[in-house]
Amino acid sequence: MDFPTLLQVLDSTVRLATPLLLACLAGLFSERSGIYDIGLEGKMLAAAFCSAATAAVTGSVWLGLLAGIGGSMALAGLHGLSAITFRGNQLISGVAINFLAAGLTVVLAQDWFHQGGRTPSLLGGARFEAIALPFAETLRPVPVLGPVYAELISGHTLLVYVAALLVPASWWVLYRTRFGLRLRAVGENPEAVDTAGVSVQATRYAAVAICGLLCGLAGAYLATALQAGFSRDMTAGRGYIALAALIFAKWRPWQALGATLLFGLLQAVALRYQNIELGGVGLPVQVMDALPYILTVVILAGFVGRAIPPRAGGEPYVKER
Amino acid sequence: MAADAGTGTSSAPAIELRCISKAFGPVRANRDISLVVRRGTIHGIVGENGAGKSTLMSILYGFYKADAGEILIGGRPVQIGDSQDAIRAGIGMVFQHFKLVEPFTVLENVILGTEDGALLKPSLAKARGTLRQLAADYELEVDPDARIEDLGVGMRQRVEILKALYRQADILILDEPTGVLTPAEADHLFRILENLKSQGKTIILITHKLREIMAATDTVSVMRRGEMTATLRTADTSPAELAELMVGRKVLLRIDKSPARPGRRVLEIEKLCVTDAQGIARLSDVSLSVRAGEILGIAGVAGNGQSHLLEVLGGMRPATGHVRIDGKELDLSGPGCDGRSRRAAGIAHVPEDRQREGLIMPFHAWEDSVFGYHSDPALQSAPGLMDNARIRSRAGDQMARFDVRPPNPDLAAQSFSGGNQQKLVLAREIERNPDLLLVGQPTRGVDIGAIEFIHRRILELRDAGKAVLLVSVELDEILGLSDRIAVMCGGRIMGERLASDTDETELGLMMAGMKGKAA
Repeated sequence: MDFPTLLQVLDSTVRLATPLLLACLAGLFSERSGIYDIGLEGKMLAAAFCSAATAAVTGSVWLGLLAGIGGSMALAGLHGLSAITFRGNQLISGVAINFLAAGLTVVLAQDWFHQGGRTPSLLGGARFEAIALPFAETLRPVPVLGPVYAELISGHTLLVYVAALLVPASWWVLYRTRFGLRLRAVGENPEAVDTAGVSVQATRYAAVAICGLLCGLAGAYLATALQAGFSRDMTAGRGYIALAALIFAKWRPWQALGATLLFGLLQAVALRYQNIELGGVGLPVQVMDALPYILTVVILAGFVGRAIPPRAGGEPYVKER
Repeated sequence: MAADAGTGTSSAPAIELRCISKAFGPVRANRDISLVVRRGTIHGIVGENGAGKSTLMSILYGFYKADAGEILIGGRPVQIGDSQDAIRAGIGMVFQHFKLVEPFTVLENVILGTEDGALLKPSLAKARGTLRQLAADYELEVDPDARIEDLGVGMRQRVEILKALYRQADILILDEPTGVLTPAEADHLFRILENLKSQGKTIILITHKLREIMAATDTVSVMRRGEMTATLRTADTSPAELAELMVGRKVLLRIDKSPARPGRRVLEIEKLCVTDAQGIARLSDVSLSVRAGEILGIAGVAGNGQSHLLEVLGGMRPATGHVRIDGKELDLSGPGCDGRSRRAAGIAHVPEDRQREGLIMPFHAWEDSVFGYHSDPALQSAPGLMDNARIRSRAGDQMARFDVRPPNPDLAAQSFSGGNQQKLVLAREIERNPDLLLVGQPTRGVDIGAIEFIHRRILELRDAGKAVLLVSVELDEILGLSDRIAVMCGGRIMGERLASDTDETELGLMMAGMKGKAA
């Protein structure tokens, strides 16, 4: 593989890892507060649809982004209501949200746009444009570092940079602020938080809301930056991959960045090398496409060492007696 | 020390409860409770399980709202709607089950909920200073940067006390604080409490251990069936009187038993070793024997290998070494290492955690009465088919003989009180007439009245010529019930004593890891 190809693969790794990273951080906030969320997929899908539909109608990517966040947060609110207020089963609620989003997006898209469950293609201001960082072209001739800066660092859409900044930001919020302390505590031992006079429910709702917000960014990125419009099931299991990455990262932000980049790399490789020869045998394209999912299964099967989830995860909080 | 009660600096009592009532559906957990706790005293509250102590304290700490009644703190009426209100009113609570976040440090646990601002740094720095001050004032040293999960129970309890003091609690409520402590740790705790008292704090001590009430409190209140039956000056009362007030009838506190008549060796343990999944040695070279007609008590602080010993003997955990029952070798790690073959060898097991290992809580009492013995042909109507009618009627008889209340085999195991659940397990195991009874924590969470009954049943089994291996963290129980006592510390046997020529001090030292002089 030559240098420009490597850069291309890495560049596409960054693009493909971004929605995974956003969703993974979303799951991190939710699960650290003790609310399991397998509905990342559904929230992303809903956000992708809402943002694409709004951007298509209004021509504004910003309104699209807002709508995407709104749609995702509405579903997050639903999950919160069922998991926190009504102490329902968090897995079932998450599955229900995934089904709801998968069905509703296609039905609404068909009813509104009559394009077989897609939204119209987004053009111009209805999409996020690539941002050229300062001096990208000036520095390009510099050997190695120049192309790395110009190709890999520069030239992504806004949400890619936002996602990257969210990693240290999440770390700081979780480990350096009062809110983060309470959020982590509520996922480990809600009784301790309750007896300390802090509302378990409010803390968990806040975490679920952040999860909704980040899933909204992830979904909007898919539909208005990575691609140009919504298509049926366009999240393609990214919510589940993000969950696998979250476990791989052991619920920590920096590790989440590493894990999602790894998945992104696999997706990029699969995309780039659709037909690969291995010892004279041509691997079918499906094998390459399946790579990220195979890694997901491997990680979920526990081959990455013991991951200790937040201790109160998945359990509704009921006051004693 | 009771004499100065009432001569505190302020005339208003620290806490005054007036006619507090609380009902859960038809159950009246608290009925017209009135209580005055004087400032600067240690006030004990005793009562059996279900007497309403916890409900009353939960009302004080804002977990429940009383249906009727008034709470006065320092003479002023207050409304306590949640824990935050209680904390503001100066009440701190140390729960029986600690409310700590295990992966957090001591400092983080202390500031949780009372942070000074949105950023942690200033709060942590301030708490570090305050903790140093509190440690100096009250003998409450804890490493502020240690993680809770790395601390022992004694230390965790200190963190709970520090949490309350950091929130400037004037009134400290401790719920069964010594259940998990060694005698030395308990003594230290009571020194801390004395210290707090001398600095003007008010302490409410909830316990079922009458000895602690007598040793530590100035005043004691007794609760029975949701009512406050008496408030007495500790100096004017006796354990026997308190027990009678709690139960409503005379109770034998001392275990009355005849001398043992040991017979043949039933159980022989030789060089038993257990290493757990993390590679930590839990049992090292344990050798013991129990004879027919004697009770061997294993004393030790919880977590020093006693549980592992019971699990190995009960077939729940593999081990290396030798165990013989009446000379017959048991399979310690192969296919014969399970509960069924142990039962076939004549071992009955009353496990330490009756709710997890002794019973299936949602099942009917009659269903629970056959577990472990369900392959007995006498309980089957045809091979593989349970004879439910027979099992039911048998369970009813058993429950009557073991005084289970109510004696209704159709109730779920979880609807019985702790003592009655224990009687269900005991009935199942003892009625099988085993050669060896393994019994772990027989009276943990059991009322005084039921304790007496359970002890008598265990002694009857001994007197019938059976061997009993007793594991308990209650030294009183070990001393009262056993004929011989072995002390465990760190997975080793520290020494053996005859119950008749040892005492709590000596056992306490051995439990803390000091080798006893050769027996």
